[in-house]
Amino acid sequence: MTEDRYEVVIGMEIHAQLKTKSKMFCACAVQFKDKPNSNVCPICLGLPGTLPTVNFEAVRLATRAALALNCQINPKSSFARKHYFYPDLPKGYQITQYKEPLAVNGFVEIDGKKIRIKRLHLEEDSGKLIHSGKESLVDFNRCGVPLIEIVTEPDINSSEEAVRYLEELKRILTYIDVSDCDMEKGHFRCEPNISLRKAGEEKLGTRTELKNLNSLRNVREGLEFEIARQTTILTRGEKIIQETLLWDEKTKTAQPMRSKEESEDYRYFPEPDLPPLVLSQTFIDEVRKEIPLLPQARRQLLISKYQLDKNLVEIITEDKKFADYFDDVVKYCSKAQLVANWLVTEVRGILNTRNIAITEFPISSDVLAELLVMLDKQEITSKAAKIIFEEMLNSKKRPREIAEEKGLLISFDEERLMTIIKETLKENPDVVEKYRKGKTTVLGFLIGEVLRKVQGRFLPQRVGELVKKFLDEDLR
Amino acid sequence: MPLSDIPNLTIFEIHNKLKNLDFTPTDLLNVIFSRINDHEPTINGFISIFKEKAYQEAEIIGEKFKTGAELSLLAGIPIAVKDNICVKDELTTCGSKILHNFRSPYDATAIKQLKKAGAIVIGKTNLDEFAMGSSNETSYFGPVKNPLNPNYVPGGSSGGSAAVVAYGGSIGALGSDTGGSIRQPASFCGVVGLKPTYGRVSRYGLVAFASSLDCIGPIAKNVCDVALILSIIAGYDLHDATTVDFPVGSLIPDKNKVKDYTLGIPKEYLEEEIDDEVRKVFNDTIKELKDYVREIKIVSLPHTPYHLPCYYLICTAEASSNLARYDGVRYGLREKSEYLIQMYEATRDVGFGKEVKRRILLGTYALSKGYYDEYYGTAQKVRSLIKKDFDDAFRECDLIITPTSPTLPFKLNERITNPLAMYRSDVFTTGPSLAGLPAISVAAPQKVGGFSVGIQIIGRPFGEKEILDCALAIEELNK
Repeated sequence: MTEDRYEVVIGMEIHAQLKTKSKMFCACAVQFKDKPNSNVCPICLGLPGTLPTVNFEAVRLATRAALALNCQINPKSSFARKHYFYPDLPKGYQITQYKEPLAVNGFVEIDGKKIRIKRLHLEEDSGKLIHSGKESLVDFNRCGVPLIEIVTEPDINSSEEAVRYLEELKRILTYIDVSDCDMEKGHFRCEPNISLRKAGEEKLGTRTELKNLNSLRNVREGLEFEIARQTTILTRGEKIIQETLLWDEKTKTAQPMRSKEESEDYRYFPEPDLPPLVLSQTFIDEVRKEIPLLPQARRQLLISKYQLDKNLVEIITEDKKFADYFDDVVKYCSKAQLVANWLVTEVRGILNTRNIAITEFPISSDVLAELLVMLDKQEITSKAAKIIFEEMLNSKKRPREIAEEKGLLISFDEERLMTIIKETLKENPDVVEKYRKGKTTVLGFLIGEVLRKVQGRFLPQRVGELVKKFLDEDLR
Repeated sequence: MPLSDIPNLTIFEIHNKLKNLDFTPTDLLNVIFSRINDHEPTINGFISIFKEKAYQEAEIIGEKFKTGAELSLLAGIPIAVKDNICVKDELTTCGSKILHNFRSPYDATAIKQLKKAGAIVIGKTNLDEFAMGSSNETSYFGPVKNPLNPNYVPGGSSGGSAAVVAYGGSIGALGSDTGGSIRQPASFCGVVGLKPTYGRVSRYGLVAFASSLDCIGPIAKNVCDVALILSIIAGYDLHDATTVDFPVGSLIPDKNKVKDYTLGIPKEYLEEEIDDEVRKVFNDTIKELKDYVREIKIVSLPHTPYHLPCYYLICTAEASSNLARYDGVRYGLREKSEYLIQMYEATRDVGFGKEVKRRILLGTYALSKGYYDEYYGTAQKVRSLIKKDFDDAFRECDLIITPTSPTLPFKLNERITNPLAMYRSDVFTTGPSLAGLPAISVAAPQKVGGFSVGIQIIGRPFGEKEILDCALAIEELNK
């Protein structure tokens, strides 16, 4: 099998749930944790006689997303009905945008490559079927929740690239506070279509679609499975069947769901209950102003402003709130490198072990900065800083207060330090003996012993100097 | 005045008598319900009646009148509502088996406004199934008979509303008009019916047939009552994105205003097949009107031959979509079956009548892949041309006057097997519907074999006041 004879072509359809308080076409709360069918009304249930009205907050968020994804906003877009029969679709049609979407022609840049976005449009979600034994039950709480669908051109050429695209897209949408993008909760659903073509060929091959990918890992594994499957078929000289495949996380295989030949005729037609959506330039400009610095620009800024390492910056900018926290700490403690190191190791360590978001982190940015300033000014050692940090996590005390209480401020009482050194050397006559015989490598051990005793009260550098001086002078 | 004469009074007259405590809203209900008792066995105009509730409300309003409170003109006035308009907690069957047991959990906006004004909703009236029909013979609850002669149809689809008003079973009624469903039965039953400008009255709570055409409108015995009911239900509604935020203003008709109006008669309408009697009455009415209005002239609506085909394409396409929600999953009829698709099929097969199925099939075909552009797409383009015809005509005249229907009421079962002949009843009413224009049907002065002939007056968008003025002038010719 010579896999590199084929080029992988992937296009993506992403559904992201907009972070509105109420549904797309009625005033019901967007909330699924509640009892099934508790957040429903005659409108989202599509009861006879009801009519939809547009939730303008959803339009605002979708416009913000479109602008952040470099799309052109259509000043006039319109809604359409997409018909199909399914018990979770109460009206017998879904209201979506078809011929005139909200926005077109955008792109997302990953590693210098542009993944083009064909269109971005608004639509409503359907309900959820729950199968139990012979019975099927419907929960309509999710029915009518606003979604944006983002469709790319077939510009993605590997599973790796697909994941990078999704990561960046999620990052952008969370940065602009348009969606929570929690894949497990179904806030962010992706359906890639995959085809292979001989390298250098223009024409696209027959594609298949993958569904049921609810984590980035599943996306990667699913795509890799499908690329391998298609490669095998093509290498054998056989044909790919256009179909929709369902990814099975457990068996790590994809099974056909339904073949496209049987695909339904959705009988799209303009939604007569909703007038076209007309957006003024003033509105679009206003929304543009709401867009914060996006991840890529922010990464570049951090690198150029503070000369930080690229990997470090990537970690810092992964989550907007985390990057905001970084910016806040830097406001009070200008040593960006020190702040970055601390955030990436210590702070993130706590977030991970406690499984909390930066917004739930107990130490406010100014208080953490105070600690880092003390460290930077050599008022405490980094060891002491860590001890103080631990304490800060559990008490409301300021770092200086803790340092004073625990006696962790760096002492300049060299006489006392000398006494400790003397003591240490006395306790380790063998090691001292070795040093004297010229084995200078044991110096580290002796310094370590002293540091352990002083518990971060003296600067390690000074301790080293003194230990060495003491041994050397003693030699003389 | 004997109490039994009350239904012949105008709402304004009834209001004054209620205010003077000449009789109470309860007395009024007694008369209305006794009429209903007498006529319903023959006419079959109501599907449900809320007697107990109506009396409770009448008592409350009666007490208010006793205290001398300033009440709305509609306070205590019985109103019947076409059974495709939702009234909270009551049946909303749409004359269909598929919804025969459906109770709406909410009030339509028009109903909310009526209730706020103190009107008493006394019951739901019979209609062609899902408002599809021109004879009221397609209802699951049986046909409605014309109170002027029970061997004849009352017109459709608001035939129930028109019939009960005509026999005095209600003072006023709400109907719905998609292609003539208020005007044509008003014409057949000899009452007044108005289809407002599209967007003038909220459709929220009106069970959709063809969303871009459906309108709720009033039916009553006289022009002033129609104006009064319209003024209560008209206005912008947050629940209906197609309502227009345009001031309603005073709708009190003034027949003297017609001296400022030029009336246009569309020459293409006269070229259509029209019953001789209808043509004669129309011409005589025009002759009589001449002395009152500024001018009557012939205008042109060149796309008239396309009104019916365009209308039937659009309304069936939209109907096929709007009726997709009746699947047996959440409410209404559900036929038992082991598999989902079979359940859908059985429910829809048993639940929908012949005419509804015919229209769903036609509409589904018109919207399906490969046919959309040819049918629905073309119909939309033709619709724009039809609108333009009316715009052009209204540069030459203020109002357009036509017969409401080319025929007199026909006998039951006469046309039910010939849908194309039936569809022709709407030949004069579909044009204004496609153009979204307001139009009224009022009885001409002359009667033909016990029936009256309806005259349709079409106005510019939001020109309800003007059509009411002219309708009042015609009504006065009767006296």
